[in-house]
Amino acid sequence: MSSSVLFDAPGPKTVARHRLYTLLTIVGLLGILAFFAYRMLVTRQFEYDKWEVFLTPRYIRFILVDGLLNTLGMAVFAIIAAIVFGLVFGVGKLSDHGWLRWLSFAVVEFFRAVPVLLLMTFLFLQFAIGDGPLSPFWCVVLALMLYNGAVLAEVFRAGINAVPSGQVEAAYALGLRKSQVMVQIQLPQAVKTMLPAIISQMVVALKDTSLGFYILAPGLTAVYRPIYQEFGNQVPAALVIAAIYIVVNLILTWVATLVQRRLLGERKVSASA
Amino acid sequence: MEAVFSNFDEVLKAFGLTIGLFVVSGIGSLVFGALLAVFRVGPVAIMRRAALVYVSIFRNTPLLMIFIFIAVALPKLGYNFRFIGDVEVGGVSASPFFFRACLALTLYTSAFVCEAFRSGINTVPLGQAEAARAIGLTFGQSMTQVVMPQALRAVIPPLTSVQIALLKNTSVAAAFGITEAVANMRALSNENTSQTAMIFLLVAVGYIIIVEVVSLASYGLERKVKVAAR
Repeated sequence: MSSSVLFDAPGPKTVARHRLYTLLTIVGLLGILAFFAYRMLVTRQFEYDKWEVFLTPRYIRFILVDGLLNTLGMAVFAIIAAIVFGLVFGVGKLSDHGWLRWLSFAVVEFFRAVPVLLLMTFLFLQFAIGDGPLSPFWCVVLALMLYNGAVLAEVFRAGINAVPSGQVEAAYALGLRKSQVMVQIQLPQAVKTMLPAIISQMVVALKDTSLGFYILAPGLTAVYRPIYQEFGNQVPAALVIAAIYIVVNLILTWVATLVQRRLLGERKVSASA
Repeated sequence: MEAVFSNFDEVLKAFGLTIGLFVVSGIGSLVFGALLAVFRVGPVAIMRRAALVYVSIFRNTPLLMIFIFIAVALPKLGYNFRFIGDVEVGGVSASPFFFRACLALTLYTSAFVCEAFRSGINTVPLGQAEAARAIGLTFGQSMTQVVMPQALRAVIPPLTSVQIALLKNTSVAAAFGITEAVANMRALSNENTSQTAMIFLLVAVGYIIIVEVVSLASYGLERKVKVAAR
Protein backbone atom coordinates (compact mmCIF):
# COMPACT_ATOMS: atom_id res chain seq x y z
CA MET A 1 0.00 0.00 0.00
CA SER A 2 1.51 3.30 -0.99
CA SER A 3 1.22 5.97 1.65
CA SER A 4 -0.78 8.26 -0.63
CA VAL A 5 -3.77 5.95 -0.29
CA LEU A 6 -4.05 6.91 3.36
CA PHE A 7 -5.24 10.42 2.60
CA ASP A 8 -7.15 12.30 -0.06
CA ALA A 9 -5.85 14.96 -2.37
CA PRO A 10 -6.07 17.89 0.04
CA GLY A 11 -8.67 20.64 -0.35
CA PRO A 12 -7.92 24.32 0.29
CA LYS A 13 -8.48 24.08 4.06
CA THR A 14 -6.30 21.01 4.40
CA VAL A 15 -3.61 22.59 2.24
CA ALA A 16 -3.56 25.52 4.63
CA ARG A 17 -3.42 23.17 7.62
CA HIS A 18 -0.60 21.18 6.07
CA ARG A 19 1.28 24.37 5.39
CA LEU A 20 0.96 25.18 9.08
CA TYR A 21 2.22 21.71 10.03
CA THR A 22 5.12 22.07 7.61
CA LEU A 23 6.00 25.41 9.13
CA LEU A 24 5.76 24.05 12.67
CA THR A 25 7.91 21.04 11.80
CA ILE A 26 10.56 23.23 10.18
CA VAL A 27 10.56 25.57 13.17
CA GLY A 28 10.76 22.61 15.52
CA LEU A 29 13.61 20.91 13.66
CA LEU A 30 15.53 24.14 13.24
CA GLY A 31 14.93 24.83 16.90
CA ILE A 32 16.45 21.51 17.92
CA LEU A 33 19.43 22.01 15.59
CA ALA A 34 19.91 25.60 16.69
CA PHE A 35 19.72 24.62 20.35
CA PHE A 36 22.29 21.88 19.79
CA ALA A 37 24.54 24.28 17.89
CA TYR A 38 24.07 26.89 20.61
CA ARG A 39 25.07 24.46 23.34
CA MET A 40 28.08 23.47 21.25
CA LEU A 41 28.98 27.12 20.81
CA VAL A 42 28.58 27.94 24.50
CA THR A 43 30.67 24.95 25.53
CA ARG A 44 33.27 25.89 22.88
CA GLN A 45 32.91 22.75 20.79
CA PHE A 46 33.49 24.62 17.53
CA GLU A 47 36.98 25.74 18.45
CA TYR A 48 39.57 24.83 15.88
CA ASP A 49 41.84 22.84 18.19
CA LYS A 50 38.98 20.42 18.91
CA TRP A 51 38.59 19.62 15.22
CA GLU A 52 42.21 20.00 14.11
CA VAL A 53 42.94 16.38 14.96
CA PHE A 54 40.63 15.25 12.14
CA LEU A 55 42.73 17.20 9.64
CA THR A 56 46.10 15.95 10.92
CA PRO A 57 47.42 13.16 8.67
CA ARG A 58 48.88 11.22 11.59
CA TYR A 59 45.52 11.07 13.36
CA ILE A 60 43.56 10.46 10.18
CA ARG A 61 45.78 7.46 9.70
CA PHE A 62 45.19 6.47 13.34
CA ILE A 63 41.41 6.64 12.90
CA LEU A 64 41.35 4.94 9.53
CA VAL A 65 43.97 2.24 10.08
CA ASP A 66 43.70 1.50 13.80
CA GLY A 67 40.00 2.22 13.83
CA LEU A 68 38.15 1.64 10.59
CA LEU A 69 40.46 -1.06 9.23
CA ASN A 70 40.22 -3.09 12.44
CA THR A 71 36.45 -2.67 12.53
CA LEU A 72 36.13 -3.75 8.90
CA GLY A 73 38.58 -6.61 9.50
CA MET A 74 36.57 -7.93 12.45
CA ALA A 75 33.35 -7.59 10.47
CA VAL A 76 34.75 -9.39 7.41
CA PHE A 77 36.28 -12.27 9.37
CA ALA A 78 33.12 -12.56 11.47
CA ILE A 79 30.77 -12.64 8.51
CA ILE A 80 32.84 -15.18 6.57
CA ALA A 81 33.02 -17.42 9.63
CA ALA A 82 29.32 -16.83 10.29
CA ILE A 83 28.41 -17.93 6.76
CA VAL A 84 30.31 -21.19 7.30
CA PHE A 85 28.74 -21.65 10.75
CA GLY A 86 25.31 -20.80 9.38
CA LEU A 87 25.68 -23.23 6.48
CA VAL A 88 26.72 -26.09 8.74
CA PHE A 89 23.87 -25.59 11.22
CA GLY A 90 21.30 -24.42 8.67
CA VAL A 91 21.83 -27.59 6.65
CA GLY A 92 22.05 -29.50 9.93
CA LYS A 93 18.52 -28.37 10.81
CA LEU A 94 17.31 -29.99 7.58
CA SER A 95 19.19 -33.24 8.17
CA ASP A 96 17.49 -36.61 7.96
CA HIS A 97 19.16 -37.61 11.22
CA GLY A 98 17.12 -36.67 14.26
CA TRP A 99 20.05 -36.14 16.60
CA LEU A 100 21.75 -33.77 14.15
CA ARG A 101 18.52 -31.79 13.68
CA TRP A 102 18.07 -31.43 17.42
CA LEU A 103 21.71 -30.54 18.01
CA SER A 104 21.58 -27.85 15.31
CA PHE A 105 18.30 -26.56 16.66
CA ALA A 106 19.71 -26.27 20.19
CA VAL A 107 22.92 -24.56 19.06
CA VAL A 108 21.09 -22.07 16.84
CA GLU A 109 18.46 -21.22 19.45
CA PHE A 110 21.05 -20.82 22.19
CA PHE A 111 23.25 -18.38 20.31
CA ARG A 112 20.28 -16.43 19.02
CA ALA A 113 18.81 -15.86 22.47
CA VAL A 114 22.03 -14.84 24.22
CA PRO A 115 23.26 -11.23 23.95
CA VAL A 116 26.40 -10.84 21.83
CA LEU A 117 28.02 -8.84 24.60
CA LEU A 118 27.55 -11.72 27.04
CA LEU A 119 29.24 -14.09 24.57
CA MET A 120 32.03 -11.60 23.97
CA THR A 121 32.63 -11.01 27.66
CA PHE A 122 32.70 -14.73 28.35
CA LEU A 123 35.19 -15.42 25.55
CA PHE A 124 37.31 -12.53 26.76
CA LEU A 125 37.34 -13.68 30.37
CA GLN A 126 37.88 -17.31 29.48
CA PHE A 127 40.37 -17.12 26.62
CA ALA A 128 41.94 -13.67 26.44
CA ILE A 129 42.62 -12.37 29.93
CA GLY A 130 46.08 -13.00 31.35
CA ASP A 131 47.99 -14.85 28.65
CA GLY A 132 45.12 -16.66 27.00
CA PRO A 133 45.39 -17.88 23.42
CA LEU A 134 42.99 -15.32 21.90
CA SER A 135 43.40 -11.57 21.49
CA PRO A 136 40.33 -9.38 22.12
CA PHE A 137 40.15 -8.91 18.33
CA TRP A 138 39.48 -12.63 17.86
CA CYS A 139 37.09 -12.75 20.81
CA VAL A 140 34.94 -10.19 18.98
CA VAL A 141 35.20 -12.15 15.73
CA LEU A 142 34.29 -15.40 17.47
CA ALA A 143 31.33 -13.94 19.36
CA LEU A 144 29.98 -12.29 16.21
CA MET A 145 30.50 -15.54 14.29
CA LEU A 146 28.39 -17.46 16.81
CA TYR A 147 25.57 -14.90 16.93
CA ASN A 148 25.39 -13.97 13.24
CA GLY A 149 25.99 -17.59 12.28
CA ALA A 150 22.94 -18.61 14.29
CA VAL A 151 20.86 -15.92 12.61
CA LEU A 152 22.16 -16.91 9.17
CA ALA A 153 21.43 -20.59 9.87
CA GLU A 154 17.75 -19.66 10.00
CA VAL A 155 18.13 -17.62 6.79
CA PHE A 156 19.81 -20.54 5.03
CA ARG A 157 17.23 -23.04 6.22
CA ALA A 158 14.40 -20.84 4.95
CA GLY A 159 16.25 -20.19 1.68
CA ILE A 160 16.85 -23.88 1.03
CA ASN A 161 13.22 -24.69 1.82
CA ALA A 162 12.15 -22.03 -0.66
CA VAL A 163 13.77 -23.86 -3.58
CA PRO A 164 10.90 -25.48 -5.52
CA SER A 165 10.53 -29.14 -4.55
CA GLY A 166 10.44 -30.18 -8.21
CA GLN A 167 14.12 -29.29 -8.43
CA VAL A 168 14.98 -31.72 -5.63
CA GLU A 169 12.76 -34.46 -7.03
CA ALA A 170 14.28 -34.03 -10.49
CA ALA A 171 17.77 -34.26 -9.00
CA TYR A 172 16.92 -37.48 -7.13
CA ALA A 173 15.33 -38.84 -10.30
CA LEU A 174 18.63 -38.25 -12.10
CA GLY A 175 20.26 -40.43 -9.46
CA LEU A 176 22.16 -37.76 -7.49
CA ARG A 177 22.98 -38.55 -3.89
CA LYS A 178 21.65 -36.58 -0.90
CA SER A 179 24.80 -34.48 -0.52
CA GLN A 180 24.98 -33.86 -4.26
CA VAL A 181 21.39 -32.63 -4.30
CA MET A 182 22.21 -30.21 -1.47
CA VAL A 183 25.51 -28.94 -2.86
CA GLN A 184 24.75 -28.93 -6.58
CA ILE A 185 21.03 -28.21 -6.74
CA GLN A 186 19.57 -26.68 -3.58
CA LEU A 187 22.37 -24.43 -2.30
CA PRO A 188 23.23 -22.64 -5.58
CA GLN A 189 19.60 -21.70 -6.08
CA ALA A 190 19.09 -20.76 -2.44
CA VAL A 191 22.13 -18.47 -2.36
CA LYS A 192 20.51 -16.19 -4.91
CA THR A 193 17.56 -15.41 -2.67
CA MET A 194 19.68 -15.23 0.47
CA LEU A 195 22.39 -12.85 -0.67
CA PRO A 196 20.56 -9.63 0.32
CA ALA A 197 19.78 -11.05 3.76
CA ILE A 198 23.45 -11.97 4.14
CA ILE A 199 24.56 -8.45 3.23
CA SER A 200 22.12 -6.83 5.65
CA GLN A 201 23.44 -9.20 8.31
CA MET A 202 26.85 -7.70 7.52
CA VAL A 203 25.51 -4.31 8.61
CA VAL A 204 24.46 -5.90 11.89
CA ALA A 205 27.89 -7.51 12.31
CA LEU A 206 29.65 -4.24 11.52
CA LYS A 207 27.60 -2.36 14.08
CA ASP A 208 28.18 -5.04 16.68
CA THR A 209 31.97 -4.91 16.29
CA SER A 210 31.67 -1.70 18.32
CA LEU A 211 30.83 -3.84 21.36
CA GLY A 212 34.52 -4.75 21.46
CA PHE A 213 34.81 -1.48 23.40
CA TYR A 214 33.81 -3.42 26.51
CA ILE A 215 36.58 -6.01 26.14
CA LEU A 216 39.38 -3.67 25.03
CA ALA A 217 39.32 -4.81 21.41
CA PRO A 218 40.58 -2.43 18.69
CA GLY A 219 38.20 -0.67 16.31
CA LEU A 220 36.53 2.66 15.64
CA THR A 221 34.97 2.95 19.09
CA ALA A 222 38.30 2.03 20.68
CA VAL A 223 40.15 4.92 18.99
CA TYR A 224 37.55 7.32 20.40
CA ARG A 225 38.89 7.23 23.94
CA PRO A 226 42.57 8.05 23.24
CA ILE A 227 41.52 10.87 20.92
CA TYR A 228 39.27 12.62 23.41
CA GLN A 229 41.69 12.01 26.24
CA GLU A 230 44.36 13.82 24.29
CA PHE A 231 42.30 16.67 22.84
CA GLY A 232 39.29 16.91 25.17
CA ASN A 233 37.01 16.90 22.14
CA GLN A 234 34.37 14.40 23.30
CA VAL A 235 31.60 15.90 21.19
CA PRO A 236 33.36 16.45 17.83
CA ALA A 237 35.06 13.05 18.03
CA ALA A 238 31.75 11.27 18.74
CA LEU A 239 30.13 13.05 15.79
CA VAL A 240 32.98 12.17 13.41
CA ILE A 241 33.14 8.51 14.42
CA ALA A 242 29.37 8.06 14.29
CA ALA A 243 29.45 9.64 10.82
CA ILE A 244 32.05 7.12 9.64
CA TYR A 245 29.87 4.24 10.85
CA ILE A 246 26.80 5.68 9.19
CA VAL A 247 28.55 6.19 5.85
CA VAL A 248 29.99 2.67 5.81
CA ASN A 249 26.62 1.15 6.73
CA LEU A 250 24.74 3.20 4.16
CA ILE A 251 27.18 2.02 1.50
CA LEU A 252 26.59 -1.60 2.58
CA THR A 253 22.81 -1.13 2.55
CA TRP A 254 23.04 0.47 -0.88
CA VAL A 255 25.06 -2.50 -2.17
CA ALA A 256 22.46 -4.87 -0.69
CA THR A 257 19.64 -3.06 -2.46
CA LEU A 258 21.62 -3.10 -5.70
CA VAL A 259 22.29 -6.83 -5.43
CA GLN A 260 18.67 -7.50 -4.61
CA ARG A 261 17.46 -5.49 -7.58
CA ARG A 262 19.88 -7.38 -9.80
CA LEU A 263 18.80 -10.79 -8.55
CA LEU A 264 15.18 -10.46 -7.55
CA GLY A 265 13.74 -7.25 -8.91
CA GLU A 266 12.57 -4.37 -6.72
CA ARG A 267 12.37 -4.88 -2.98
CA LYS A 268 13.94 -3.06 -0.11
CA VAL A 269 16.53 -4.40 2.28
CA SER A 270 16.91 -3.22 5.82
CA ALA A 271 19.16 -3.91 8.77
CA SER A 272 17.69 -5.43 11.88
CA ALA A 273 18.36 -4.49 15.47
CA MET B 1 27.89 -23.04 40.25
CA GLU B 2 28.30 -22.06 43.91
CA ALA B 3 29.49 -18.65 42.77
CA VAL B 4 26.08 -17.93 41.31
CA PHE B 5 23.99 -19.52 44.04
CA SER B 6 25.92 -18.00 46.94
CA ASN B 7 25.39 -14.58 45.34
CA PHE B 8 21.94 -15.38 44.11
CA ASP B 9 20.23 -12.23 45.37
CA GLU B 10 22.91 -10.17 43.62
CA VAL B 11 22.30 -12.02 40.35
CA LEU B 12 18.56 -11.55 40.72
CA LYS B 13 19.06 -7.85 41.34
CA ALA B 14 21.19 -7.62 38.18
CA PHE B 15 18.49 -9.34 36.14
CA GLY B 16 15.98 -7.02 37.78
CA LEU B 17 17.95 -4.10 36.35
CA THR B 18 18.04 -5.77 32.94
CA ILE B 19 14.26 -6.18 33.04
CA GLY B 20 13.85 -2.62 34.32
CA LEU B 21 15.87 -1.24 31.42
CA PHE B 22 13.91 -3.43 29.03
CA VAL B 23 10.47 -2.39 30.29
CA VAL B 24 11.18 1.34 30.51
CA SER B 25 12.91 1.65 27.15
CA GLY B 26 10.49 -0.86 25.61
CA ILE B 27 7.53 1.36 26.45
CA GLY B 28 9.46 4.48 25.50
CA SER B 29 10.46 3.06 22.12
CA LEU B 30 6.93 1.84 21.36
CA VAL B 31 5.48 5.30 22.00
CA PHE B 32 8.18 7.25 20.19
CA GLY B 33 8.42 4.67 17.38
CA ALA B 34 4.66 4.79 16.76
CA LEU B 35 4.82 8.59 16.61
CA LEU B 36 7.68 8.37 14.10
CA ALA B 37 5.71 5.84 12.03
CA VAL B 38 2.75 8.23 11.84
CA PHE B 39 5.09 10.98 10.65
CA ARG B 40 6.63 8.54 8.21
CA VAL B 41 3.36 7.71 6.41
CA GLY B 42 1.58 11.02 6.99
CA PRO B 43 0.56 13.62 4.42
CA VAL B 44 3.10 16.29 5.41
CA ALA B 45 6.19 15.87 3.22
CA ILE B 46 8.66 17.45 5.62
CA MET B 47 7.55 15.19 8.49
CA ARG B 48 7.98 12.15 6.26
CA ARG B 49 11.47 13.25 5.38
CA ALA B 50 12.43 14.11 8.96
CA ALA B 51 11.28 10.69 10.18
CA LEU B 52 13.19 9.00 7.35
CA VAL B 53 16.38 10.85 8.24
CA TYR B 54 15.96 9.94 11.90
CA VAL B 55 15.46 6.27 11.07
CA SER B 56 18.44 6.16 8.67
CA ILE B 57 20.76 7.79 11.17
CA PHE B 58 19.80 5.76 14.21
CA ARG B 59 19.52 2.44 12.41
CA ASN B 60 23.01 2.77 10.99
CA THR B 61 24.77 3.97 14.12
CA PRO B 62 25.99 1.29 16.53
CA LEU B 63 24.07 1.36 19.81
CA LEU B 64 27.39 1.74 21.59
CA MET B 65 28.06 5.03 19.79
CA ILE B 66 24.68 6.34 20.95
CA PHE B 67 25.57 5.32 24.49
CA ILE B 68 28.92 7.07 24.13
CA PHE B 69 27.20 10.16 22.81
CA ILE B 70 24.80 10.33 25.73
CA ALA B 71 27.19 9.24 28.47
CA VAL B 72 30.42 10.92 27.36
CA ALA B 73 29.63 13.69 24.88
CA LEU B 74 26.38 15.15 26.28
CA PRO B 75 27.88 15.96 29.70
CA LYS B 76 30.37 18.17 27.84
CA LEU B 77 27.41 20.10 26.42
CA GLY B 78 26.14 20.59 29.95
CA TYR B 79 23.73 17.66 30.24
CA ASN B 80 24.73 15.01 32.73
CA PHE B 81 21.18 14.28 33.92
CA ARG B 82 22.36 14.43 37.54
CA PHE B 83 19.02 15.99 38.48
CA ILE B 84 17.36 12.64 37.81
CA GLY B 85 18.86 11.36 41.06
CA ASP B 86 16.94 14.03 42.99
CA VAL B 87 13.57 13.31 41.43
CA GLU B 88 11.58 10.93 43.58
CA VAL B 89 8.42 9.21 42.50
CA GLY B 90 6.74 7.36 45.34
CA GLY B 91 9.99 7.06 47.28
CA VAL B 92 11.81 5.51 44.31
CA SER B 93 14.35 7.44 42.33
CA ALA B 94 16.23 6.35 39.23
CA SER B 95 19.96 6.86 38.92
CA PRO B 96 21.30 9.15 36.17
CA PHE B 97 23.04 6.08 34.76
CA PHE B 98 19.74 4.28 34.44
CA PHE B 99 18.11 7.29 32.83
CA ARG B 100 20.91 7.72 30.30
CA ALA B 101 20.83 4.03 29.39
CA CYS B 102 17.06 4.14 28.88
CA LEU B 103 17.41 7.26 26.75
CA ALA B 104 20.04 5.66 24.50
CA LEU B 105 18.07 2.40 24.18
CA THR B 106 14.84 4.26 23.44
CA LEU B 107 16.39 6.49 20.77
CA TYR B 108 18.00 3.48 19.08
CA THR B 109 15.07 1.07 19.27
CA SER B 110 12.48 3.65 18.15
CA ALA B 111 13.98 3.63 14.65
CA PHE B 112 13.37 -0.13 14.39
CA VAL B 113 9.91 0.13 15.97
CA CYS B 114 9.01 2.79 13.39
CA GLU B 115 10.01 0.51 10.53
CA ALA B 116 8.09 -2.41 12.05
CA PHE B 117 4.93 -0.27 12.29
CA ARG B 118 5.38 0.98 8.76
CA SER B 119 5.67 -2.53 7.39
CA GLY B 120 2.56 -3.41 9.41
CA ILE B 121 0.64 -0.51 7.91
CA ASN B 122 1.73 -1.71 4.48
CA THR B 123 0.06 -5.08 5.06
CA VAL B 124 -3.40 -3.53 5.48
CA PRO B 125 -5.25 -4.08 2.18
CA LEU B 126 -5.56 -1.05 -0.06
CA GLY B 127 -9.34 -1.23 -0.11
CA GLN B 128 -9.56 -0.58 3.64
CA ALA B 129 -7.91 2.82 3.44
CA GLU B 130 -9.81 3.65 0.26
CA ALA B 131 -13.11 2.74 1.90
CA ALA B 132 -12.22 4.83 4.94
CA ARG B 133 -11.50 7.75 2.67
CA ALA B 134 -14.64 7.17 0.65
CA ILE B 135 -16.88 7.52 3.72
CA GLY B 136 -15.16 10.81 4.46
CA LEU B 137 -12.80 9.97 7.32
CA THR B 138 -9.80 12.26 7.73
CA PHE B 139 -6.21 10.98 7.81
CA GLY B 140 -6.27 10.92 11.61
CA GLN B 141 -9.59 9.10 11.74
CA SER B 142 -8.74 6.52 9.11
CA MET B 143 -5.39 5.92 10.85
CA THR B 144 -6.80 5.44 14.36
CA GLN B 145 -10.06 3.71 13.47
CA VAL B 146 -9.39 1.71 10.34
CA VAL B 147 -5.74 1.21 9.49
CA MET B 148 -3.97 1.02 12.88
CA PRO B 149 -6.27 -1.57 14.52
CA GLN B 150 -5.61 -3.88 11.57
CA ALA B 151 -1.95 -3.00 11.29
CA LEU B 152 -1.43 -3.79 14.99
CA ARG B 153 -2.24 -7.44 14.33
CA ALA B 154 0.28 -7.76 11.53
CA VAL B 155 2.84 -5.83 13.49
CA ILE B 156 3.04 -8.11 16.53
CA PRO B 157 5.67 -10.59 15.16
CA PRO B 158 8.13 -7.94 13.84
CA LEU B 159 7.61 -5.81 16.96
CA THR B 160 8.36 -8.83 19.11
CA SER B 161 11.66 -9.45 17.40
CA VAL B 162 12.54 -5.75 17.78
CA GLN B 163 11.71 -5.90 21.48
CA ILE B 164 13.69 -9.11 21.96
CA ALA B 165 16.64 -7.42 20.28
CA LEU B 166 16.14 -4.54 22.72
CA LEU B 167 16.17 -6.97 25.64
CA LYS B 168 19.53 -8.31 24.47
CA ASN B 169 20.79 -4.80 23.74
CA THR B 170 20.22 -3.72 27.34
CA SER B 171 23.50 -5.56 27.96
CA VAL B 172 25.38 -2.65 26.34
CA ALA B 173 24.55 -0.63 29.46
CA ALA B 174 27.14 -2.84 31.21
CA ALA B 175 29.87 -0.75 29.58
CA PHE B 176 28.38 2.44 31.07
CA GLY B 177 28.25 1.89 34.76
CA ILE B 178 25.16 -0.25 35.24
CA THR B 179 25.55 -3.62 36.94
CA GLU B 180 22.93 -5.44 34.93
CA ALA B 181 23.25 -9.13 34.10
CA VAL B 182 26.37 -8.96 31.87
CA ALA B 183 28.31 -6.61 34.14
CA ASN B 184 27.29 -8.82 37.05
CA MET B 185 28.55 -11.88 35.18
CA ARG B 186 31.86 -10.13 34.59
CA ALA B 187 32.21 -9.14 38.23
CA LEU B 188 31.32 -12.62 39.46
CA SER B 189 33.77 -14.20 37.01
CA ASN B 190 36.54 -11.89 38.17
CA GLU B 191 35.99 -13.06 41.74
CA ASN B 192 35.70 -16.74 40.79
CA THR B 193 37.99 -17.19 37.80
CA SER B 194 37.72 -20.97 37.85
CA GLN B 195 33.94 -20.91 37.39
CA THR B 196 33.69 -18.53 34.43
CA ALA B 197 32.04 -21.08 32.14
CA MET B 198 29.41 -22.09 34.67
CA ILE B 199 28.56 -18.47 35.48
CA PHE B 200 28.27 -17.71 31.78
CA LEU B 201 25.92 -20.63 31.22
CA LEU B 202 23.65 -19.71 34.13
CA VAL B 203 23.43 -16.04 33.06
CA ALA B 204 22.75 -17.20 29.49
CA VAL B 205 19.93 -19.40 30.79
CA GLY B 206 18.55 -16.34 32.60
CA TYR B 207 18.45 -14.43 29.33
CA ILE B 208 16.90 -17.36 27.48
CA ILE B 209 14.13 -17.57 30.10
CA ILE B 210 13.29 -13.87 29.71
CA VAL B 211 13.39 -14.10 25.91
CA GLU B 212 11.07 -17.11 26.00
CA VAL B 213 8.64 -15.34 28.34
CA VAL B 214 8.52 -12.34 26.00
CA SER B 215 8.01 -14.43 22.88
CA LEU B 216 5.36 -16.62 24.56
CA ALA B 217 3.51 -13.49 25.70
CA SER B 218 3.65 -12.13 22.18
CA TYR B 219 2.41 -15.44 20.78
CA GLY B 220 -0.48 -15.40 23.21
CA LEU B 221 -1.32 -11.82 22.26
CA GLU B 222 -1.13 -12.70 18.59
CA ARG B 223 -3.58 -15.56 19.06
CA LYS B 224 -5.91 -13.39 21.09
CA VAL B 225 -6.24 -10.64 18.49
CA LYS B 226 -6.28 -13.00 15.53
CA VAL B 227 -9.36 -12.83 13.35
CA ALA B 228 -10.70 -16.05 11.89
CA ALA B 229 -9.35 -16.44 8.37
CA ARG B 230 -11.91 -15.83 5.71
